[in-house]
Amino acid sequence: MNKLVKLFITSISAITLALVSFTSSFAKVEGDYIVLGSAISLTGKYSSNGVHTQNGYNMAVERINKMGGVEVQGKKYKFEIIYYDDESNPKRAAQLAERLIKQDGVHYMLGPYSSGLTKAIAPVTEKYKIPMVEANGASRSLFTKGYKYLFAVLSPANQYLEVAIDLAVEKNGGKGVRIAQAFEQDAFSQDVRLGILDAAKRTGSEIIIDDKLPKELNDMAATLAKVKATKPDVLVVSGHTKGALTAIRQISEMKVDVPMLAMTHCDAAKLSKQHGKKSEYALCASQWHKNLSYKDKFFGSGKKYDKDFKKEFGYAPPYQSAESSAALLVFKDAFERANSFDRDAVRDALVDTEMQTFYGNIKFGPGGQNVAKPMILFQVRCKGDECENKVVAPTKWASDKFYHPIPKWSERS
Amino acid sequence: MDFLIFKAPMLMVQASLDGILLGILFALIAYGMALQWGVMNIINIAQGDLVILGGYIAYTMYLVGIHPAWGVIVSPIIMYFVGVLLYKLVINKVVDRDLFISILATFGIAIVFQQLMNFIFGADVVVAQSEYGTTMLFDNSVTLPNSKIFSAFISVLYAVALVIYMKKSRLGRAIRATAQNARAAKILGVDTEKVYAATFGINAALCGIAGALISITLTLHPYVGLPYTVRSFMIVIVAGLGNLPAVALSGMGLGLFEEFADYILGTEFRIGAVFMLLVFILVYRRFKLSKKREYLK
Repeated sequence: MNKLVKLFITSISAITLALVSFTSSFAKVEGDYIVLGSAISLTGKYSSNGVHTQNGYNMAVERINKMGGVEVQGKKYKFEIIYYDDESNPKRAAQLAERLIKQDGVHYMLGPYSSGLTKAIAPVTEKYKIPMVEANGASRSLFTKGYKYLFAVLSPANQYLEVAIDLAVEKNGGKGVRIAQAFEQDAFSQDVRLGILDAAKRTGSEIIIDDKLPKELNDMAATLAKVKATKPDVLVVSGHTKGALTAIRQISEMKVDVPMLAMTHCDAAKLSKQHGKKSEYALCASQWHKNLSYKDKFFGSGKKYDKDFKKEFGYAPPYQSAESSAALLVFKDAFERANSFDRDAVRDALVDTEMQTFYGNIKFGPGGQNVAKPMILFQVRCKGDECENKVVAPTKWASDKFYHPIPKWSERS
Repeated sequence: MDFLIFKAPMLMVQASLDGILLGILFALIAYGMALQWGVMNIINIAQGDLVILGGYIAYTMYLVGIHPAWGVIVSPIIMYFVGVLLYKLVINKVVDRDLFISILATFGIAIVFQQLMNFIFGADVVVAQSEYGTTMLFDNSVTLPNSKIFSAFISVLYAVALVIYMKKSRLGRAIRATAQNARAAKILGVDTEKVYAATFGINAALCGIAGALISITLTLHPYVGLPYTVRSFMIVIVAGLGNLPAVALSGMGLGLFEEFADYILGTEFRIGAVFMLLVFILVYRRFKLSKKREYLK
């Protein structure tokens, strides 16, 4: 009797297992739908940028589906995304990636928000040979591990502020400059720092202050006092939104005069809105700006994207949304060129990607990073109390002249 | 190691003033912690999150067009009731249990608070603008944000008011009696249940004031509460319970220590240095105690 029960249980579990694996091997494409999976931060500390990312994905899915979908072997398919909330937690993100792949049978992934979470998920997608197009993990270390299934539509982190150093050197008549820098101790900011070190070496510049900010940073008065005492030509700060807001608050309060101030995450921090005129002249690295002249047939131009996004979600799209939308355009293009749902065929098609989207040109380097799109710099400029981000570099897209040097606080109204 | 600070005397002045002003603010939070630790024997891990919640109250006022400095009056009033409510819901169930249970319970509260604030106010880092300007000393080489001076002033004001209240008022006397011996106080007719609720409410109110001050001097984010908990814990450990001047001194000392550690060791070791100091102090205290015991033998 006991044996019979055991046999019964075993066979039931075997059948269930077989059923699960059977359904999952076909779940990548269900009926007319190509199913993509994504773990995304809908709660926790990255939730606002997580939502920007999700809105970007959703906007593109809707647009592509409305405009005919994806054509593979003569049949039209539509995109569908399964989302899970990773709670801004890398461990949870990796678990959810496993779940998406093993339980939901997802064969194509979209990236999460932030370098840290992408780093947590990439080993999983690599293990199961799942192509992942990600739009929000810029850390250089993602592209040096030899991942074969990871593709990033954005420029790597070390490129964020290199342009700023070049600009400073140019303004200094081609001579090297004295740089003061403060970076948070996280993967992304430290990569931005490496970029600055490279640029400093290349241009013969000298780094006179090199501070590392703690994660729970909310006070950088000591760094700024040192800056005040040593008078560098450029001050570079990167510490996500917290770093940008803290820097501007304390620079304005301590009346720190530097000829040039370069930062990251200004638009995510809504710098010009939260600090108003105090943030004027800050130079910010950005992956995208609506005024760039790139075009595609789905979203038209950056300006059109900006308008449509505002209509749909009620706020202007930060670059996190734009790059997320671009990730789906890349997937669509790859599916059509592969003309198959075979994972490796899709992966090979992704490798050969060379296209223009409203977000910028996309072509993947050997590590999976986008090598076709330069970073841009904008500068916060104010008219009265209204402040705006104006593109100032590279010169090809500059809508405004780069204002240099920053006027002293005693001369600012 | 960077000894720039010893070469430039103005940096020394700047660091000292920054440290002291910040330390006074920490001391206010620590005083609340010392109070309820002493009275209820509870280590409140959610202390920092109460601070941040207080900050968000001031920030909300700022958003609707009221000057955030009024937060130092509105925020403690609201936070007092939040504290009392928290006591009635959770804390009263752990007050007589051992310390470990209270740590777990308040840790849970901290998580709930963080998620709630994230849900209501969003995960963005926010600041409120006081537009108080800057005081410049020594020909502009030392700058002090007026908002920091304001926050130190308000902290001192509230601390003094609280000391007087504790000494003179009926409730204050009841709180002190309960802290000395809860059972005896109960026998003598003190409603300890009420005293506990009020103590927790006062602690939350102090956090509310500190939070409002932080909203105009530093930045707010749903998840930055913990460093404030750690700092106040540290100050209380050094100063001991129920000793306000010691709390104030230890707070300023910690502020100074942090600033100097930042200059000399580098910003990345700022928080690390605080923890190192905590370890040293605990070891030193043990060492002193063991010496005493030997003497008694």
